[in-house]
Amino acid sequence: MIRTPFSAKEQVFIILLSMICLGYSWGQTSEKKKSLEIRFEHFVGSEVLQLDSVTYINPLGQDFTVTKFNYYISDIRLTRKDGKEFVSPMHFLIKEDEPSSKRCFLEKIPPGEYTSIQFSIGVDSIKNCSGIQSGALDPINGMFWTWNTGYIFLKLEGKSTASSMPNGTLEYHIGGFKQPNNCIKTISLALETPLIIAKKKSGMLIIKTDVMELLKSPNDIDFSEVPVVTGVENSQMISNNYQDIFTIIPLERVE
Amino acid sequence: MLNKFLFFVFLFVVFLQFGFVDDDPYFTITKKDVAFKIPKGFPKPNYSFSDNPITPKGFILGRKLFYDTLLSLDNSISCGSCHQQYAAFAHIDHSLSHGIKDRIGTRNVSALQNLIWNKNFMWDGGINHIEVQPIAPLTNKLEMAETLDGIVAKLKLRPDYQKAFYEAFNDSIISTERIMKSLTQFMGLMVSSNSRYDKYITGKEKFTLSEKKGLDLFRSKCATCHKEPLFTDHSFRNNGIAPNPMLNDKGRAIITENEDDNYKFKVPSLRNVELTYPYMHDGRFRNLTEALNHYGNSTSFAAGTDELVGKIGKLTKEETEDLRSFLLTLTDKTFIYDRRFADPNFSR
Repeated sequence: MIRTPFSAKEQVFIILLSMICLGYSWGQTSEKKKSLEIRFEHFVGSEVLQLDSVTYINPLGQDFTVTKFNYYISDIRLTRKDGKEFVSPMHFLIKEDEPSSKRCFLEKIPPGEYTSIQFSIGVDSIKNCSGIQSGALDPINGMFWTWNTGYIFLKLEGKSTASSMPNGTLEYHIGGFKQPNNCIKTISLALETPLIIAKKKSGMLIIKTDVMELLKSPNDIDFSEVPVVTGVENSQMISNNYQDIFTIIPLERVE
Repeated sequence: MLNKFLFFVFLFVVFLQFGFVDDDPYFTITKKDVAFKIPKGFPKPNYSFSDNPITPKGFILGRKLFYDTLLSLDNSISCGSCHQQYAAFAHIDHSLSHGIKDRIGTRNVSALQNLIWNKNFMWDGGINHIEVQPIAPLTNKLEMAETLDGIVAKLKLRPDYQKAFYEAFNDSIISTERIMKSLTQFMGLMVSSNSRYDKYITGKEKFTLSEKKGLDLFRSKCATCHKEPLFTDHSFRNNGIAPNPMLNDKGRAIITENEDDNYKFKVPSLRNVELTYPYMHDGRFRNLTEALNHYGNSTSFAAGTDELVGKIGKLTKEETEDLRSFLLTLTDKTFIYDRRFADPNFSR
């Protein structure tokens, strides 16, 4: 027998207590599974975005096709009914030509009823200044300026007969994290149907991203005058159009 | 008997495979070789290796990549092609950078030394971190012209790299992050701090009269921008050379988009300046005398010349000669002959 300073009763109590603790920590780990999926669906106005094949008309009556549409979503924040905020450290690179990238999974969200979501289009200045990154932020993804360090926050490429560039190119590469050309924009969306995060059930949000809204209000983008934006100079003009490109698509709650 | 003989032959061949026999001790890297110490009198570096601890295998991988032509689009040039150790890792006698297929860039190749003290990189300071710096020359169409995708794909096909990545990072995943971190381990350790000037400062060597006079002149006319002990204050300035009409390179203003920065370039370190000719961002001065004559002749200064450059005043022939003698004391033979940074492909 091992001699301990505890009586038999105390020993039973300690064993029981440690079992409860262990059980509790197991309960905690089981909660760590995916707790929210945010799905981005790309549209041009009311039509689902189709790369290359479909010609759209902008508010100025100019035709265009889309060949590429990529952007970074980061700093996702969810606000619970009681005012508590959940902040995700994740960065997501959403690419139209890579369907799996349009599904973002957030983990370890405390259960509750959430009434609003906020996120940034872009990559915060710390990640722009801290050297080489991996995953979504790996420069291999082509969303990185090599000669003037910084991430390209959004790429919209396409073609238009109105473009003054060779081959009718349209190329909008939006980035810049330094003042006065900071293009990191924050979007806040209210959740009219509150988002319920439960212990055993994954939640889901569907967000509509409208390419047409990117090209208008407040700044109508004229393809003949501004067919290419690369670097920070004209980026503000397009990033100021971000505000209304995202809308929540209502979702019937699945029990 | 024959069996025994064959067995030893077999063992010998196995040893050869593992490099136990043909490993050149000249290129061996030990823990001691990669121990980093801030040189006496130097400030705290800007990059600390805290998120990228240097290991012998990480350093060896960085060296292998630095000297591998595989990293360029047509496998013709490596980082080391234009960053030559005998020139303190500048490109000796080449005014503008040379790329694949005889492509010529727009700026003079910078020396690679004491990089971890830099706050940013390139003549215009456009790159803000040592770990992302190599991506620029690797992907610039006028230089190595590769893509990161292309480099990773080529490296993945090579068993020697799978082994080298495994040894450096404990698994054989080849990624941008690991390429850049190992290159940073190699280049970050390139420290030049053992020139005759350094020995003079620590009292180990004496200067000649001309060198001493040169140092005094240097301190009164040049050292605000070329600040000791790194011989740069890391600022961007217009040093009075007229813009080259063929290039019309606006320098720092390209990055800041601020007209006040037009034609400003980074103040380069003067360590090993004897070896890094030609001089200036476009390599217009072939030797030190030409460069010094520029600073000593205010009539040639272009518009927007930095106030401090304007204050230098006329330099006599003797003063120019003294300054030149002093600048030659900044040559660090320990650095340019340091076996750790030598090209391992030239194994003896």
